Formats: sequence, C-alpha cells, structure tokens
Amino acid sequence: MIFEGTVHKYGRDVDTDVIIPARYLNTNDPDELAKHAMEDIDAGFVDRVRPGDIIVAAENFGCGSSREHAPVAIRRAGVSCVVAASFARIFYRNAINTGLPIVVCPEAAATAESGDRLRVDLEDGAVENLTRGEIYRAEAFPPFMQELIDRGGLLEYVRSRVGARGG
Amino acid sequence: MGSTITEKILARAAGREQVRAGDIVEARVDLALANDITAPLGIAEFERAGFTEVFDPARIALVPDHFTPNKDIKAATQAKKVREFAWKYGIVNYFEVGRVGIEHVLLPDAGMVAPGDVVIGADSHTCTYGAVAAFSTGVGSTDFAAAMAWGHVWLRVPETIKLVYSGVPSPWVTGKDLMLHTIGLIGVDGALYQAMEFNGEAIDGLSMEERFTMCNMAIEAGGKSGIVGYDEKTARYLESRPDGSRARTAGQVFVGDPDAEYARVLEIDAAAVQPTVSKPHLPSNTAAAADLAGIAIDQVVIGSCTNGRLHDLRQAAGVLEGKKVHPQVRCIILPGTQDVCLAAIADGTMQTLIEAGCAFSTPTCGACLGGHMGVLAEGERAVATTNRNFVGRMGHTGAEVYLASPYVAAASAVAGHIATPEQVGATKEGLR
Repeated sequence: MIFEGTVHKYGRDVDTDVIIPARYLNTNDPDELAKHAMEDIDAGFVDRVRPGDIIVAAENFGCGSSREHAPVAIRRAGVSCVVAASFARIFYRNAINTGLPIVVCPEAAATAESGDRLRVDLEDGAVENLTRGEIYRAEAFPPFMQELIDRGGLLEYVRSRVGARGG
Repeated sequence: MGSTITEKILARAAGREQVRAGDIVEARVDLALANDITAPLGIAEFERAGFTEVFDPARIALVPDHFTPNKDIKAATQAKKVREFAWKYGIVNYFEVGRVGIEHVLLPDAGMVAPGDVVIGADSHTCTYGAVAAFSTGVGSTDFAAAMAWGHVWLRVPETIKLVYSGVPSPWVTGKDLMLHTIGLIGVDGALYQAMEFNGEAIDGLSMEERFTMCNMAIEAGGKSGIVGYDEKTARYLESRPDGSRARTAGQVFVGDPDAEYARVLEIDAAAVQPTVSKPHLPSNTAAAADLAGIAIDQVVIGSCTNGRLHDLRQAAGVLEGKKVHPQVRCIILPGTQDVCLAAIADGTMQTLIEAGCAFSTPTCGACLGGHMGVLAEGERAVATTNRNFVGRMGHTGAEVYLASPYVAAASAVAGHIATPEQVGATKEGLR
C-alpha cells in the first residue's frame, strides 16, 4: 500500500489529550471525533487537512491516555498514515489493532516540514520526501504485528482464534 | 540466565517455561477492564466483529467512573451502553453510581487483583496494580474487545528498568514525590515499552497506598507497567480484602532471579528527594516545590486514581487541619471510592477537609481529565495530585496544571500559591 500526501509536522511528546481532547470523549462516533482532531495542538488542522495527508512527528507520538478515539479521530479526519521517530506504546498498539498505518522512521521525521509532500510505501518501508528528493528506510514491523496488519486488525485475528464461539 | 518478576508472570500466563524480553506472547488474562469512555468503543468493536459470548463474565470489570454521574446527555448515552452491555452479558463486576469508584482504586480494594495476575485495562493507568506484584498494563478499546471474546492478549514481553531507591525519604516526601522525581530524571519516554521495577529501602518503607501511586504513574514515563515485589505489606493489604475475593483466594507470588537481565539499573538517593512538583506541560518538567512559591493558583485537586486513597486524604487533612483554604482558591477532593468516603467520615478526615473549605466530590475521574467537576478556565492555574499536566488536560488550553503530592497540594490550597507543608506551618504528628 502506498500513501502520498502533504505533511503536517509536529514535535515530540504529542499526547492523546491534544490529539482528541477529553471534553469530546462523550461519544465514540468517528465523524464527531474527527471534527476535533488535533484541536488542542493545532486548532486549524481540521480545516487544512486533505484526504491522504500524513502526520509527521518526533519522538513519543501518542503518549498519555489509552483512548483509541485518538487514532480513530485522525484517521477519520483524512490522515492516511503517521510517521514518527517513535510512538508511545498504547498508541502504537491501538494503531496496529485498528488498522491506522504507522511508520517508525526517525530520519524522515527529522527532515520533513509541514507542507512537504511525502510518499510512504508500506510494502518495502520506503519513506520518500518528494519535496526534498530524499528517501529513507522505515523500521519493519515484527512478524506477529505484520500478521495482525495483514489480517485487517486484531479482531479479525481473534475471530480466527476463538472460532465458532466468536460467531 | 534468570528471569525478572515480569518475565515470570508473563511466562506463566503464556503457558511457557520461560520468556525473554522482546518475545511476543499470547497471555491469558485474569482481569480485563474498561470505563465509560473506553468501553463503548470496545463494545461497538465487539459487536461489529460478531462476537456473541464473553470468555468469562466474572473476569471482566466495567467501571463507569470518568463522566459519571452523567455530565451531559452524550455521556449519559455512553454510560447507558455500558450498563446495557453489562446486563446482557451478565458482567457481575459492573459498578453503578453509588457503588462505583475510580477504577484503579476500586478494583484492587475490592480484591479483584492477586499477585502474579495479568490484568489489562482500557485505561492507561491500569499499570497501578503492579503494587500487588501483578503484571498490569493499559491497552485500547479494541484490545479490550478482543480480550472479552478471547480471554487472552498479545503482549511483547517488556525489558525491565530496575529502579533502586536507597535511604529514607524526608518527612514530607511521599511515593508521589519519588515518582515525579524519577520521571524528571528519565523523561516522559524514559521507560518506553519497559516494565519499571521499584526496589530498595525506600520502597520497602512505603505504604501500599504510595506504592500504588508510584506504579500508577509508570505510564507517565512511557512504561508498560510498574511493579513492586511482594512483601509483608503486600500480604497484609491482600489479607484485608473482602472474604472470598481473588486477592484472598488466588494468586501466585513470583520473585525475580538475582541473575535476571535488566535493560538498565538506576539508583536514586531517596533521602535527597525534596517535595517535588511537575510544572506545565509535562510530568517530566520537575522542580522542588520550595522553589515555586511565587506561583499563585486558582484551584487545587486532591484525589484521583493516583492519590485518591484514604491515606492520601489523611495526608491532606493533616496539613489542612485547623487551617482554611485560601479565599481565592477552590480545593476539590476526588475520593477514590465510596469506601474511602466512609472511612474518611469515620476517622474525621472528611470533616477536617470540609471545615477547611474543601469541596468533597463523589468518586469520579472528572476534573483530572477536564471532563467535569472542576474544569479550568483560560489563564487559570491548578495544583493537582493527579497524573498529567498536558496542554488542555484539565480544561482550557490556556490553563496550567502543576502535579504534586497531597501534602504539597494541601499546603498550596492554604497558601494560595505553591507551597510546602512547612511553609504553611504544618507539623508532622503521627502522619504516615
């Protein structure tokens, strides 16, 4: 799968409270959540973001709360993929479990700026900054996580494990 | 080569002789929990996937504690989904308003966690239960949905960072201060993906309540879990849980091997730690409380899953006794559970706090995450015994949160600015 989009760049320790503020967690409707994606770090984000755009951030993206509403909100807002130097662990799990493509690539995260065009090839791990003419290699997922991704997320995997009982 | 306590717990849960950091295992789950924010999304995923049975209704807990008593119509709708799911699937550990408490105070106090257990919770502070020598970690709603159907969770066995606290802390220094100090040393991703194992003389000397506080904040250093080894204090705490509860009847005590491999060993001189505050907007942004006396405040919050136990409220009451909350400060108490409230009534703690001018809330996470019961306006500043001080965490993005212990929070409520107990003339009589 290949994604190409415009970069929205953020720094380190972007927490889930700014990705989707708790005051909006009285619903789990993705469309409602998407209206407030990134609101407390970048109030103009939802007006600027275009389908396919890519969030790029430094270390520890998605730290803090376990709210799965965070990957849901940014995905429904149109973000195709998140590239970061590193991810906080619950966000990382949530992204894999729910099918939000994420890529660990410190070099791409260090050089990309907002407005750059990025192309991410999930198959071969190539992250290409089209604006700067640079290409980087992302970290591969461990085989088990790649299997979860290939199967379409955790619940598809679990359905195959619990068999008939899972209906 | 030997194993850490965390590796031993996960090996047992995975049905394997031994596991190593980095292995990915499918671990049997002893308890899976979610709250009124995370459960509705998990329930939706559970149903969308077509599951019609839960693995064991007795090993699932649904704790509507965040926006309850329902803060608005949308929150009421979410709480209703959780309630109806609990009825439909016979989830006996559903806690209605009036019985509910803040999940990470409620569940261990109710005896639902035993040593050696594997607990996952759709709440990041699920790491709290490491204080009873269990492995427990926060996950998302889909993980919770999967665990409800499957009774298992996939986990990467974490490396362990061993933290050794030598010496005896100063009188006003609590487990909270030790933890804020630690996060200040290693950073908010200093233990990323790792188990934080708390050891040493100072940990041996801490009450169970303060051990819960330390494990609770492992996530604020990026940790997967926090854990304290089993000792006499753990045993006494577990023995005093309700008759027939898991804490009384189940559990297996694991001890790390002397030759276990650690990613890092960090030695911390607990005697040198001062009452510590995390300044906006990261828990790692620490300073000595004594150095922040110029910071005027509007609100104080004492309680939450981090510091909402009776012990914490008694510490606050010890400072506030005979004093008044500053006229320009609102001091809000968020007790952990109804039992904490009852005990605070019985021993006079609640009376002391109310007489000092504190507002006593029903148990709820509310103010901690800027949900309700204490939201901050633009430009306002709070001292809170909670766990996060991110931008917008307790309300407006232009508000500020300083994290502190119950002692420092109570002293600040009196002073109207950040203060230590000594600065407001508190004396330490039989506290701790």
